[in-house]
Amino acid sequence: MSALEVRDLSKRFPVGGALRRSHVHAVEDVSFELRPGTITALVGESGSGKSTVARLLARLYDPTSGAVLFGGDDVARARRRRDVLRYRSQVQIIFQDPFGSLNPVKTIRHHVERPLRIHRIVPREQVEERAHELLRAVGLVPPEEVAAKYPHELSGGQRQRVAIARALAVEPKIVLADEPISMLDVSIRIGILNLMLKLKAERGIAFLYVTHDLASARYVADEILVMYAGQIVERGPVEQVLAEPLHPYTRLLLAAVPDPARKAGRIEPRKGLASAAVDPPEGCRFVGRCPIAIDVCSRVTPPLVEAKPGQAARCHVTAPST
Amino acid sequence: MTALVEEPVAVRTTGAALLELRELVVEYGSGPRRVRAVDGVDLEIRAGEILGLAGESGCGKTTVANAAMQILRPPARLVSGSVRFRGDDLVGKSAEELRRFRWRNVSMVFQSAMNALNPVMRVGDQFVDAMRAHERIDRRRALRRAGELLELVGIDRRRLRAYPHELSGGMRQRVIIAMALSLNPELLILDEPTTALDVVVQREILQQVEALKRDFGFAVLFITHDLSLLLEFTDRIAIMYAGEIVEEAPAERLAATAQHPYTQGLLQSFPPLHGPRSRMTGIPGSPPDLRDPPSGCRFHPRCPHCVPERAGLYLRQTAERPVLREVAPGHRVACHLVEEGLA
Repeated sequence: MSALEVRDLSKRFPVGGALRRSHVHAVEDVSFELRPGTITALVGESGSGKSTVARLLARLYDPTSGAVLFGGDDVARARRRRDVLRYRSQVQIIFQDPFGSLNPVKTIRHHVERPLRIHRIVPREQVEERAHELLRAVGLVPPEEVAAKYPHELSGGQRQRVAIARALAVEPKIVLADEPISMLDVSIRIGILNLMLKLKAERGIAFLYVTHDLASARYVADEILVMYAGQIVERGPVEQVLAEPLHPYTRLLLAAVPDPARKAGRIEPRKGLASAAVDPPEGCRFVGRCPIAIDVCSRVTPPLVEAKPGQAARCHVTAPST
Repeated sequence: MTALVEEPVAVRTTGAALLELRELVVEYGSGPRRVRAVDGVDLEIRAGEILGLAGESGCGKTTVANAAMQILRPPARLVSGSVRFRGDDLVGKSAEELRRFRWRNVSMVFQSAMNALNPVMRVGDQFVDAMRAHERIDRRRALRRAGELLELVGIDRRRLRAYPHELSGGMRQRVIIAMALSLNPELLILDEPTTALDVVVQREILQQVEALKRDFGFAVLFITHDLSLLLEFTDRIAIMYAGEIVEEAPAERLAATAQHPYTQGLLQSFPPLHGPRSRMTGIPGSPPDLRDPPSGCRFHPRCPHCVPERAGLYLRQTAERPVLREVAPGHRVACHLVEEGLA
């Protein structure tokens, strides 16, 4: 049973003028599903398209093609206000910057109570009590005190907890967390990750955890999707993928993570340039940086092939399609 | 690490240090709203070493770097302390003397330095300007040296003709590092040099800095919130918390036997990429507001070992400021627990 199913999702952004119109293929043929009580990590470098995927699922962008199936309906194309509202009350997004997403002149109470009122989650007389429950659930205690504060009176980690409490207010089935810890101080990041683990277990929420940090993905996630230049290049159970990656890009990402245990770790400096996929030609998009590329790689785009049980990659060499 | 044995404590107070900060105190603002961002910091960087300075946002690490460069601007001011470069105190030097000192002896790369390039000037011209501001060199020779430096940081020298917007963020940051090296400084200060970049680019740049350091022999002060990066790339690490240095040790020793509960907490904040996945705790609470720092040890409100049940210790932790004491050669810790042999 999936909470959300993404099928062949693509998003292209036009660049350049009317005469030399090109397209950035920010997301191309992305398919995956989010399951209840599961955290799925979506990792990649900046510009890989991972945030675009989260925004497509939050319906902040319309996809160029493909479907997002929620309860059997394709919500990517939902137009009726009622359908959009229903979807938004089930799918919430948390952003990287916990300050930018809170209104500086409103108290914390306002932020948490507002969705309760708009979506009529509880009768009016229970709104305050529910707001306190939510603050307690994300570890902001005592809730009465926190509720009376303004965003600037809280630390970054506390603000991110407010953003999470607000997202939980509508009792969502799905939470899209877009780099929720990368702007926070190192010492409080684990606290937010532990909160995600707790909410997943207690409320059965399906999380999409978008990050560039493989170590935190391993800590918190069950499944992992690795994106490169708009495509998913590898996917599978997180421990399996990080222990025995199939795709050379996953290997490169792993080698780049600072790891005190392995002081001699070195990566090859890149030859080709970054991953921006402007009008990409046929062939593997990683070919310019790939240490194991063969002839066919620059001619044929590799499909996502399940080379090991549960683990699939787009690579002619390590996951050949028979 | 063998350096432990080879470098006795005495070195720290002799002229072996390239840059020596003593009892540094820096405040922002004045009167009741005054914030003491750096409170009595001692730090030394020896010739040819990479020293890491780690701490969370607002702990004062960038202020330390600005004080070392003597580029503090109001509302920040140096209240007391000395900044010696090869034994020569920089505090009180004239603007002209400091101008010569910067770049030639010490140069600095800021976090968002990649945005410091002039958008309407070609990269090469910006190199020429920087070099000619500090030494007599003709344009052709300056450009030739700029080209060599670009190649050293992994950029094609033809990019000298590029404008900054034609380069990626990672390339611009490399250009800045190449520029910082253009006058052969003895010390390079890197303040969060790769925080805005992703992991692959970050590693490429740091590997290049490491290789350049081996070739040119400059020292590096590397400031970041990312302790895992320092453990890998530095020789020695100092940990800052709320304006103070709380622990200092050779990198490998710190990774293996950190003694300050804050350092231990930081090390416990990075999930591992290998081995069993176990639940971690991070550090409870958040960094203090320096307008009103906690009494006694500034870490005590977040310290797992600070409990009222141990009354004697609790009193010290909440009332008395711990001082840095040597626990092993080159390893200093400021913690009451360590002093009482409880760590």
